[in-house]
Amino acid sequence: METAFLITILATAIRAGAPVIYAAVGEIFAERAGILNLGVEGMMLVGAVSGFIAAVQTGNPWVGVLVAMLAGGLLSLIHAFLTITLHADQVVSGLALTIFGIGLSSFLGQNYVGVHGPQFEAIHIPGLSDLPFLGPVLFQHDILVYLTFILIPASAYFIHKTRPGLHLRAVGEDPATADVMGVNVARIRYIYTFVGGVLAGLGGASLSLAYTPGWTEGMSGGRGWIAIALVIFAFWEPWRAMLGAYLFGGVQALQFNLQTIGITIPTYFLNMLPYLFTILVVVFATGERMRRHLGAPAALGLPYIRGER
Amino acid sequence: MQRLSRVRLERRLTTPWWLSWVIPLLSVALALLVGALIIASQGVNPWQAYRAMFQGAFGSGYGVAETLVKAIPLMLAGLGVSVAFRMKLWNIGAEGQLWMGAWAAAGVGLFLYPAWHLSPWLAILLMMIAAILAGGLWAAIPGVLKGVWQVNEIITSLMLNYVAISWVLYFVDILWRDPGGLGFPNTAPLDKAIWLPKLTWLPLLPKGHRVHAGLLLAVLAAVFLWFLLNRTKWGYEVRVIGENRDAARHAGMPIVRNIIIVMFLSGALAGLAGMAEMAGVAHRLQRGLSPGYGYTAIIVAWLAKLNPFGVLLVAILFGGLLVAGDQIQLTMNLPRSIADILQGLILFFVLGGEVFSRYRLRLR
Repeated sequence: METAFLITILATAIRAGAPVIYAAVGEIFAERAGILNLGVEGMMLVGAVSGFIAAVQTGNPWVGVLVAMLAGGLLSLIHAFLTITLHADQVVSGLALTIFGIGLSSFLGQNYVGVHGPQFEAIHIPGLSDLPFLGPVLFQHDILVYLTFILIPASAYFIHKTRPGLHLRAVGEDPATADVMGVNVARIRYIYTFVGGVLAGLGGASLSLAYTPGWTEGMSGGRGWIAIALVIFAFWEPWRAMLGAYLFGGVQALQFNLQTIGITIPTYFLNMLPYLFTILVVVFATGERMRRHLGAPAALGLPYIRGER
Repeated sequence: MQRLSRVRLERRLTTPWWLSWVIPLLSVALALLVGALIIASQGVNPWQAYRAMFQGAFGSGYGVAETLVKAIPLMLAGLGVSVAFRMKLWNIGAEGQLWMGAWAAAGVGLFLYPAWHLSPWLAILLMMIAAILAGGLWAAIPGVLKGVWQVNEIITSLMLNYVAISWVLYFVDILWRDPGGLGFPNTAPLDKAIWLPKLTWLPLLPKGHRVHAGLLLAVLAAVFLWFLLNRTKWGYEVRVIGENRDAARHAGMPIVRNIIIVMFLSGALAGLAGMAEMAGVAHRLQRGLSPGYGYTAIIVAWLAKLNPFGVLLVAILFGGLLVAGDQIQLTMNLPRSIADILQGLILFFVLGGEVFSRYRLRLR
C-alpha cells in the first residue's frame, strides 16, 4: 500500500513537472542570453490554446504541438523586438506580454472551452515499464514527458559543451566582450528569446494536450511564473530546473492524493501549496546563492548598446 | 537582423515637449489599429465597435458614472503599484493585496460592527484601517524577503496573489458564506449604514449612479502620495534609492527599512482598493469581486509614468476600457477579452514608442 502510494506520487510528480520543465528550460536559454522574459505565463497560455485548437481542427496532436511552439515563439519575438531592438524595459515588456497573452488566449479559446479533443496517450515502454517500482514511475508516460528526459541532458550539454553554448553564455555575461569577439549580440539574443518562447509554447501544449487535456481559461494557473522562479532556484542550470520541477510536481501530487490516504485539509489550503512551495524554494535558493556567491548572468535584464556603458 | 543593425540609436539629451505628447498618442492609435484587425477577424466592423465602446464608456452620463466606478479600484491599486515602481520594486501582487484588503474590511463590517455596536462612521473608518493593515502586511512579506534577504519580489509578490485568493475564497465559500444566499457563493450583504456613501452631489451624472466615496479616497491618496514623494525628505530618499541604489547606500540612506515601508504603503493602497470595491460596489465579499484590477493597475501605473495624478487620469481611461468591454459583449456579441487584448497592445506600443522619445534614430 505504501509503495503504491509512493509510486503514484512520484509518477504524478514527473507528469506534473513536464510542462514546467519546458517553460523553465526555455527561460534558462533566454536568461542565459541576458533577456529576462516575464511573459512565460502568457506564452504558455497562448501555446496551450493554439495547440489545442490546431489539434482539434486537424485531429492530430502533433500539429497542435508544432502550432503551440510557433505561437509561443512568435509572441516571444514581440518581447525580443521591444527589448533588444528598441531597448524597452524588460520587466515591463514581459509583464505586458503576460497580460496580452492572457487576453489573447481567452479570446482565441472562447469557443473551445469544454470541447473534447485529441490528446497524447501514455506509452508503456516495452520491457522497461514492467520493471518493479521504476517502471510505473518512469516508463508509463506520454511522449511529451519522455521528451523532457531528453531535453534536460541535451540542453545542459549544449550550454556547457558546445561552441554556440559558449557564445550564448558570453552574450549573457559580458556582451561587450562578446561583441568584440565578433559575436552578434542582438542576433544571439533574438534567437534564444525565440527558443524560450518556443519551449514555453510547448509547455503550454503539454498542458492542453497531455497533462490536463482540453482548454480552460487561465489553465496554466501560474506555472509560467513558477517556471521563472525555478530558473532562479536552478541557478540557470537545466538539471537543477528538472529537480525543481519535480519537487513542484511532487507538491501537486500530494495536493491531489492527500485525501486518498485520509488526510483532510480544505482544498483551499491544498491549492495554496504549490505557490507557498515556490516562495520557499526561491527564498532558499537566494540564500544559497549568497553563500556560494553564485550569480545570475551578469548582463541579465540590461540592454546592450554598443559604445554605451 | 543585418538591416536592423544599420539603424543606430543615439541618446537624446533633451526631448522636445511636443514629442512626449505625440508619441504616446500615436502609440495608442497604432495599438487601436492592430486591435481593429482582431475585431475585424470576428466579422465586426472595427469602426462601429470602437464607436460603441466609446459611447458605452463616455457617451452618456450613465456610462461616465460606470467608468468612474471601475476607475476607483484602478486608481487606488495603481497608486499603490506606482509607489513601489518608483523605487524599482516590482510589486505585481496588487491583486492579492486588494483581495486581502477586501477580506479584512468585510470581516470588520460583517462581524465587528454588529458585535461591538459601532457607529457607522467608526465602522467605515475601522474597515479602512483593517484593509490598509491587511493589504500592507501582505505586501510587506515580499518586502521583508526582498529587503533582508534580496529575494526576488516579482516572484514572491505574484505567488502570494494565488495564496490570497485561495484564502479569501475559503471564507467566501465556507466560513462566512451567507446561508440565505440561495446557493450563491458570497457573504451576507453589509448593513446599508456602512456602505461607502454615494457621491450624489456630483454634477452631470444621472440619478441613482453608483459612484461612491472611494473616488474621494483615491483623489486624497493621490495628493498625499504626490506630497510625500515630491515634498518630503523621505520621498527624496525613495526616488534616489530607485534611481541609484549604490549612491543611496553611500549616502547612508536606510535601504532595507525603506523597501519594507514602500511595500507596506503599496499594499495598503491596493488593500484600500479592495475595501472600496467591497464596501462601495459589491457590498459583500464575493467571488469575482475583482476582475483583475490588480493586474490592470500595473499597466495604469506604468502608463502614467508613476505620476500620482497621471494614475488618476489613466485609471479613468482604463475604467472606460473595462466598461466598453462589457458594452461590446452585450451589444455587438464580441468577447470581453478584446478589452484585455487592447490593454496589452496599448502597453506594447507605448513601450515601443518610448524609444523614440529617449533616442534619435540615425541611419548609417
